[in-house]
Amino acid sequence: MYVYILKRVLAAIPVMGFVALFVFLLLRLTPGDPAAIIAGDTATPEQLEAIRTSLGLNDPLAVQFFNWISQLLRGDFGTSILSGKPVIELIADRMEPTISLALTTIILSVLIAVPLGVIAAWKQGTLIDRFVMLLSVLGFSVPVFVIGYLMISLFSMQLGWFPVQGFRPIGDGVGDFFHRIALPTFTLTLLYIALIARITRTSMLEILGDDYVRTARAKGLPETRVLMHHALRNCSVPIITVIGIGFALIISGVVVTESVFNLPGLGRLTVDAVLSRDYPVIQAVILLASLIYVVINLLIDIAYVLLDPRIRYARPIKPPPSPRLTASPRSCAPARSSFPARS
Amino acid sequence: MNFTTTLKSTSTGLRNALRSTLFGVTMAGFALMSTAAEAQQTLRVVMHSDLRVLDPILTTAYMSRNHGYMIFDTLYALDADLVPQPQMVDSHTVSDDGLVYTFTLREGLMFHDGAPVTGEDVAASIARWGTRDGMGQVLMSFVDSMAQGATPNEFVINLKQPYGLVIDSLAKPSSNVPFIMPKRLAETPSTEPIPEQIGSGPFKWSDAEFQPGVRAVYEKNTDYVPRSEPASAAAGGKVANMDRVEWVVMADDQTALNALLAGEIDYWEQPPADLLPILSANPDLTVKNLNALGFQTIMRPNTLNAPMDDPRIRNAAIASVNQKDVLDALVGTPELYNICGAMFVCDTPLATNVGSETLTAGNGIEKAKALLAEAGYDGTPIVIMHPTDVASLRSQPVVVAQAMRDAGFVVDLQAMDWQTLVGKRASQASIADGGWHMFVTNWVGADVFNPLVNNMVNGKGKDGGWFGWPDVPQIEELRTAYATSQSLDEQKALAEQIQTIAFEEGMYAPIGQYFVPTAWSNSLSGVLDGPAPFFWNISKE
Repeated sequence: MYVYILKRVLAAIPVMGFVALFVFLLLRLTPGDPAAIIAGDTATPEQLEAIRTSLGLNDPLAVQFFNWISQLLRGDFGTSILSGKPVIELIADRMEPTISLALTTIILSVLIAVPLGVIAAWKQGTLIDRFVMLLSVLGFSVPVFVIGYLMISLFSMQLGWFPVQGFRPIGDGVGDFFHRIALPTFTLTLLYIALIARITRTSMLEILGDDYVRTARAKGLPETRVLMHHALRNCSVPIITVIGIGFALIISGVVVTESVFNLPGLGRLTVDAVLSRDYPVIQAVILLASLIYVVINLLIDIAYVLLDPRIRYARPIKPPPSPRLTASPRSCAPARSSFPARS
Repeated sequence: MNFTTTLKSTSTGLRNALRSTLFGVTMAGFALMSTAAEAQQTLRVVMHSDLRVLDPILTTAYMSRNHGYMIFDTLYALDADLVPQPQMVDSHTVSDDGLVYTFTLREGLMFHDGAPVTGEDVAASIARWGTRDGMGQVLMSFVDSMAQGATPNEFVINLKQPYGLVIDSLAKPSSNVPFIMPKRLAETPSTEPIPEQIGSGPFKWSDAEFQPGVRAVYEKNTDYVPRSEPASAAAGGKVANMDRVEWVVMADDQTALNALLAGEIDYWEQPPADLLPILSANPDLTVKNLNALGFQTIMRPNTLNAPMDDPRIRNAAIASVNQKDVLDALVGTPELYNICGAMFVCDTPLATNVGSETLTAGNGIEKAKALLAEAGYDGTPIVIMHPTDVASLRSQPVVVAQAMRDAGFVVDLQAMDWQTLVGKRASQASIADGGWHMFVTNWVGADVFNPLVNNMVNGKGKDGGWFGWPDVPQIEELRTAYATSQSLDEQKALAEQIQTIAFEEGMYAPIGQYFVPTAWSNSLSGVLDGPAPFFWNISKE
């Protein structure tokens, strides 16, 4: 296992290098000139050149890339071209709202969606099942900004229970923190409930017809134990996958939700940086997002082993039974499915 | 349903209602805890954009200018009647030959780091501004030397020849504003940002709380000594009544609307026109245009690329446009726009409609067709850059393109984001190499209200001209004559000549004047008119 983790970590290095090179070149080939943005309307061509030189934008691309990578290896993400603030500081400022939203959303979603999915599978075809499926369809179908505006209209403007917008760090008071993060959490939670409940239900249905579940029931085990201990645990692989990817998605930025509730998260930082061609910021946040995905994928893979002892990561035997996993054919397939990208 | 069931149901309903009420009270309690302590001292504002560049001389961005007004002060400032008034200056004298201006600074002027403002600081600040700003560059062309006077609070300008706009230049109200900063900051090359935010203005910069894209915070400068005169636009006493001013960035207009209605913000600089009816209908809010000169939206051809290198083709494009169509698409509400052909803005001393008849009457299509035929237009596609991400700029290119098509042009309307346009418009490349023919932009009225600040009537061509680079030496002679003119009548006559030639040459066309009201809570008083938003003089109940 440790060898596997080490290999994955080492494998991530060229991936990150490729991402760095790709992002760097993409930005340089995209139209737009940070110097022109800074200089404004009245700068002469000479002044523009002077600004470009002072920003290092006139250096050959290879030199610019080498300088940036050298900085990165020293732990220096550079400074924002526009504001002059260290990029690491800008990112750090945006991490708390983003991580807070990710944690509250995922925790609430799991607490609600997994039981709903289990019950829906258990009561397949009943009104409860149809209600859960209806909730899922709604969660997927209604755009997040619509849910957000409805939440604000009802809970902020009509009832006055929650503020319309903004974020307060947890260090400024737990009550104020939850008061402000609640509505965006509820909004995103509806989407994640839809996804996780549906995956849970599908996985459970696949398992509930299996012999070992029938055997467990025949032994007279309580239905709760059959569902939660025998069935759900064996279905946890795809559920964990969806939760992990969902968490990574929020961490890398949910621009619409952040805009509707005016949360100063990483998503808005990324969009603002792209629109203003703030190269060091864009490069850093995209690298960070890539790193988050790599780490979360690794954690998901580790979780597979902990949750399903039949899964073992091993050197593939020719020909490998699957690209990365040697697992029992009766395990639920990992659900690295496409994720709604509209949050 | 039997009685027991009904009772249970009622009981459950009551419990739910009680829970619901308790929940609401709890949430409201959270809200009170978070805001009560600071509501009375802090002014929360949503500006039209976020603050990125903190140096108001390095850039012409209006947010940087607004930031400059918070923390820096100016030697002179325009009042609400557009008349220059002394601000940091106590008095000034001019030598009999008009070549020596001696300024005496007011007593008690101090920078935020405690150092007194001296003539050396002023000289360095004006010199740096003069390297970047158009009007500053003209001033510098007349300046022989600038230095501290006999005492530290004196400042002397020696001119090479008499120049009638020295005070007007120092009172320039919009980008770039000649802000006064400490000498050590003003000595920063004007192509690099100043390293600190130390001014002598009514508010201090809170660097620790600055989060680009999130918020900028200013604190009252308790050492500031305001003038005794009442505040009037940028002039008069800058009395800071608020302890803190927070500029909160809101990317979403609907969120800003809700926040203002809910009392979470106090002031919204530029709400979009479609939300104004909601704001105006609210009795707790005031909606008012604070900028009498408003904005001028313009179309600017590139004189370097064929066929726009032919003035007849440029004039055909201008003649095809009807200002009303543009303004209806951009603003929609006639109360918020003005059909105005004056290059130097309607309702200013230099306003004249000469040359703009087809723009304002909207009857130029036939003239445009005739000009195209005369010029032998061969159907070369006209590349118009279309910024689709800026609400105040995305309508006009569509209307202009259609008007030009109606006149017989072939138009290539290229969609892009504003920052791509900003990068691309600086290129003098041919169309084949990614160049352009035309773009549309907007100016605050105060940035175009005379021939020296109006970049579009700069006729210096490829070297020293503004994007589009018209080479019109005659205009430059007239601008120089304007700079040295000594009377308003003379200035008016010169401005009219400049406008006439600018239209004949097709240098640019004003395609409408519009106004963007500001909305604020009725708990505020003392909100000032002006070309920029000012936050001194404002009190909060």
